[in-house]
Amino acid sequence: MARSITFQQAINEALSQEMARDQSVIVMGEDNVGGMGAEGEKDAWGGVLGVTKGLYPKYGERVMDTPISESAFIGAAIGAATAGMRPVAELMFIDFMGVCFDQIFNQAAKFRYMFGGKAKTPVVIRTMVGAGFRAAAQHSQILYSIFTHIPGLKVVIPATPYDAKGLLIQSIRDNDPVIFCEHKMLYGVQGEVPEEIYTIPFGEANVVREGKNVTVVTLGRMLHVVLEAAANLAKNNIQCEVIDLRTTSPMDEATILESVQNTGRLVVVDEANPRCNIATDVSAIVAQKAFRALKAPIEMVTAPHTPVPFSPDLEDLYVPNAAKIEAAVVEVMAYKQ
Amino acid sequence: MSAIFKLTMPKWGLSMTEGRLVSWLVDEGAQIEPGMEVCDVETDKIASAVESNLSGTLRRKVAQEGDVVPVSGLLGVVADASVPEAEIDALIQDFQATFVPPSPEDETGPAPQKIEVAGRRLCYLKRGEGGVPVVLLHGFGGDLNNWLFNHEALASTREIYALDLPGHGESSKQIERGDVGELADAVAAFMDAVGIPKAHLVGHSLGGAIAVSIASSEPERVTSLTLIGSAGLGEAINADYIEGFVAARTRNELKPHLQQLFADPGLVTRQLIDEVLKYKRLDGVDEALRKIADTAFAGGRQASLVRDKLAQVRVPVLVVWGSEDQIIEPSHAQDLPGNVRVQIFPDSGHMVQMEAAVEVNRVLDEFLR
Repeated sequence: MARSITFQQAINEALSQEMARDQSVIVMGEDNVGGMGAEGEKDAWGGVLGVTKGLYPKYGERVMDTPISESAFIGAAIGAATAGMRPVAELMFIDFMGVCFDQIFNQAAKFRYMFGGKAKTPVVIRTMVGAGFRAAAQHSQILYSIFTHIPGLKVVIPATPYDAKGLLIQSIRDNDPVIFCEHKMLYGVQGEVPEEIYTIPFGEANVVREGKNVTVVTLGRMLHVVLEAAANLAKNNIQCEVIDLRTTSPMDEATILESVQNTGRLVVVDEANPRCNIATDVSAIVAQKAFRALKAPIEMVTAPHTPVPFSPDLEDLYVPNAAKIEAAVVEVMAYKQ
Repeated sequence: MSAIFKLTMPKWGLSMTEGRLVSWLVDEGAQIEPGMEVCDVETDKIASAVESNLSGTLRRKVAQEGDVVPVSGLLGVVADASVPEAEIDALIQDFQATFVPPSPEDETGPAPQKIEVAGRRLCYLKRGEGGVPVVLLHGFGGDLNNWLFNHEALASTREIYALDLPGHGESSKQIERGDVGELADAVAAFMDAVGIPKAHLVGHSLGGAIAVSIASSEPERVTSLTLIGSAGLGEAINADYIEGFVAARTRNELKPHLQQLFADPGLVTRQLIDEVLKYKRLDGVDEALRKIADTAFAGGRQASLVRDKLAQVRVPVLVVWGSEDQIIEPSHAQDLPGNVRVQIFPDSGHMVQMEAAVEVNRVLDEFLR
């Protein structure tokens, strides 16, 4: 049986195994080496939270520290990808992506289309997302919806250690640019992960819990909060079918629609701000394609339309919790036409 | 004092820590005999009926339908009709007060081991001590967990090895030719490596053809043969299943194929499908399965026929089949040589060792003595 490791270890193992298998895989980012190799340093820091720790001693110059200039090193990674490498660039916080939108949106995402399908850009941009870390408004956003909006990018949001490893290996092998979103509150989560190398295909949602009353679609860290809510609701005989999207681009519409056809009710739980997010996207798809199956209006549980507060009390109010999800499910169940 | 027994949650396989009581199949007050199905339980691997090993009256249903009960937790109380209610209350109270569910650390117990054999990593699970060892060989696309319900039961009086064949489970995925001979050589090399000079070979499906192949080429290494829903006894095989299983990439694609393995398609739980998908996602599995399918089942027919070899085998042979097998028809158990004992189990499919585990274990245990 597979051993249990953390989400963070699963990511490290995926990077290490792919670097060992494929010489074209390189890792770059701020402090990814972290002093290792400098005189007097015995161990690498391995990125801001240590995810790439231990890679430099094994793979040497294929692990690179970059200047604090996201525009420069994300551009360099994209360039290296077009030239035949498979770079994995770590952009510490997704909040900083703004300074390299041209490189990501207008260059990497477009190359395949601008060059008649002849160019490929196999770059992975790993980045930390999400609130709950007491890191205030500029280091806590979730922002995956913005990247989901851009054709040409693939967007991956793993929720478990098993998914983190399999989806990251798939991301590295994919020939398109991938935004790989790691929720910083998940790094310590443990789970069973095979030692062997494996991939999880994009666009395949995971039905994590089966139930006949309500479909709850979610992603990332919210999966764990939804499962907590679903367990509580089950005590009151409300059976939730919980779907973890895993990837938002491509997104597995078929699994969502099939489930809603069975349950007739939908709640979407998304840590993002409420406008133009994954919850609105999923709701629109279901309203359009499974309207007749719906027995009640769709409910969305999201963060409010504010920046992430620095006050711990307010931050806890900001992030959707099990109570809010349970209330939304109860409301959907109680609806009478 | 009259006898009073605890009916407890069984442990089906190493990874099982709890089970959900789906439904009771008998009422309070009913007379229970060993072998009788008393309730349906669902685990994270599979759903199955719990069979009583007790004799008496079901006096109390302690667990209710829908309850999740840890392994060894109390399901019910079986006692003579003469036992007073108070004594049953006391037993339940005492049990609930002292019962400690096995912790996940205890569960890791005998974990599968890995060994390097002729440049390959082979994964196996060893249980039990003494006697002539038994080697369990799973079928195409399976793994050592296919013996989930048999392993523990058979290991009470003997040494049992369940093996992940090359290309399967946690064993190395590289396959050279993909024929029965290559896999048989790997099994024989495994027996050398772990020091098994001679064994009872129990093979399911493709594993059956492998077992016959070893018995034929190295007869001195085999004490008996048990062939369950075995390959090699006729040309026909469900080619749609083989192709569908190899090609399936998602849960929805895989499910109908896995359901063909059982007489009761309801036994294919979401978790069972997930386990198989996790295997199929491992690097190298696609190629390994493709190679074996293209060689051992080329053109949708079985390439390696061992019926003639079976006639020359000088050891006891037991052939087991599920009457509802949709992968390899039970008719393949007909017209076998005289040295072969045949046992067909009703209402069971290709995975008869899972679907009729208690009966198969009983027959196997007696045959291996």
